[in-house]
Amino acid sequence: MDAEAVYRLENVTKAYSGRTVLAIDRLDIMAGELLAVVGPSGAGKSTLLRLLNFLEPPSSGYIRYRGVIADGRLPELEVRREITTVFQRPLLLNRSVAANVAYGLQLRGQRGVERKVAASLELVGLSQLARSRAAQLSGGEAQRVALARALIIEPRVLLLDEPTANLDPYNVNLIEQVIKRVNRERATTIVLVTHNVFQARRLADRVVFMLNGRVIEVSDVGTFFGSPRDARTAAFVRGDMVY
Amino acid sequence: MIRYAMKQGWTPKATAWRFSWDALCLFNITHPGRPPCGGVDKRVDGLIKTIQLIVERDPALVEVVVRSLQISGLALLFSTLVGIPLGAWLGLKRFPGRWLAMALIYTGMGFPPVVIGLFVYLLLSRSGPLGMLNWLFTPNAMVLAQTIICFPLIAGFTMAAVLGVDPHLRQQLQALGASEWQATRAILSEARVGVVVSVVAGFGSIISEVGAVMLVGGNIEGKTRVLTTAIVLETRKGNFDLALALGLVLLGLSFVANLAMLRLQGELVLRR
Repeated sequence: MDAEAVYRLENVTKAYSGRTVLAIDRLDIMAGELLAVVGPSGAGKSTLLRLLNFLEPPSSGYIRYRGVIADGRLPELEVRREITTVFQRPLLLNRSVAANVAYGLQLRGQRGVERKVAASLELVGLSQLARSRAAQLSGGEAQRVALARALIIEPRVLLLDEPTANLDPYNVNLIEQVIKRVNRERATTIVLVTHNVFQARRLADRVVFMLNGRVIEVSDVGTFFGSPRDARTAAFVRGDMVY
Repeated sequence: MIRYAMKQGWTPKATAWRFSWDALCLFNITHPGRPPCGGVDKRVDGLIKTIQLIVERDPALVEVVVRSLQISGLALLFSTLVGIPLGAWLGLKRFPGRWLAMALIYTGMGFPPVVIGLFVYLLLSRSGPLGMLNWLFTPNAMVLAQTIICFPLIAGFTMAAVLGVDPHLRQQLQALGASEWQATRAILSEARVGVVVSVVAGFGSIISEVGAVMLVGGNIEGKTRVLTTAIVLETRKGNFDLALALGLVLLGLSFVANLAMLRLQGELVLRR
């Protein structure tokens, strides 16, 4: 199993102004899996994603990503460019939709990206909006553009921070279909942070339950929802208040 | 007008006739060739002379306009070179004393130009610390004064534009693989409309400024006379035609600058 791990986190903590918001003893993320991270607000899910994307270094402990160890410092840009995040709030540049989608490739010095942009927009069902201004999009469309912008760079690891929060069922379904397809066809490792346990059940291979910055339980999706080992996980799955 | 008609006991129809006739009389339509009421002829003549001065490119007028554009253009260039990087830096970087620097910039934006003129005057006067430059009453002094007036405006507006960009954008761009510099460039690009506004606002402030340039330039004919100081002088001399013509040119320049800004804003917003 260890050989397949894309990430290994050991004794990782993250503190802001002396307050520890994340403390993970150990967590492995396997290549090609779709891992859902669930838990109430303030559980440290988004912080975990920022560490996995190497946007911030851990306060202590280390994250090993494909043989590269990040402890106090961030890895090189080339390594970080294998990973990307789609955030809950899609922040698009004040440009056309096509220019937004092309942005990641332009950062990597690629030119003549029109075909890739068209393919990426087609994947999220927005080919007809390529020339529209990003500012004119609805929330669901903007999130789909953000997803296309992330997918065009063909990341090895795709991190999704509640990508369907506040979206209507049509857009939720569309985004979920794209996530599943990318995971299946490109073997992209996906870490999905979600409040929605039903979404985790629909999409994930394994589920992590986090509470107060700690990993409470990691199981395959069947065990997690069928016979959770921890009482707090069981309560969360039942929909009880857990905090 | 209506109260006057009521006092006179006029009917509404009589009132309408009376005021229509007065209007025709005012524009000298009723009795062509005779001196009209209210000295309108003189005013119309003045306006015609003003337009003639502009259309015929009166040498005195052209000289003052060119000098104004040269001095303000140079000051704008220096202010832009200092103001945009300074504003961007203040908007992007977090460091101790940043708030103090921002407060100073905002104070500079509202600083009375005539006081800046006074400081520059004292700085460049023979006994001042920069007296050896012999810049007082030269275009150089005017460029210096205008630069000091203009750069806080450009820096302040640029800073506000950069601060207006969503603070989470940098993290989003870095998550897409942007280096620090690439993310900074994209953030500045997002603030581009505000930066253009800053440059145009800066130009507007110095082209129409009179106090500082009068103090440090001295309004010397053929040397330091610019549009605003020339308007003051010609008005005092009673040369209202030339003063008006200069005023119209100043208004025109300001209008063209704003028009250019609007066009540029539109293009920047629509740019891919």
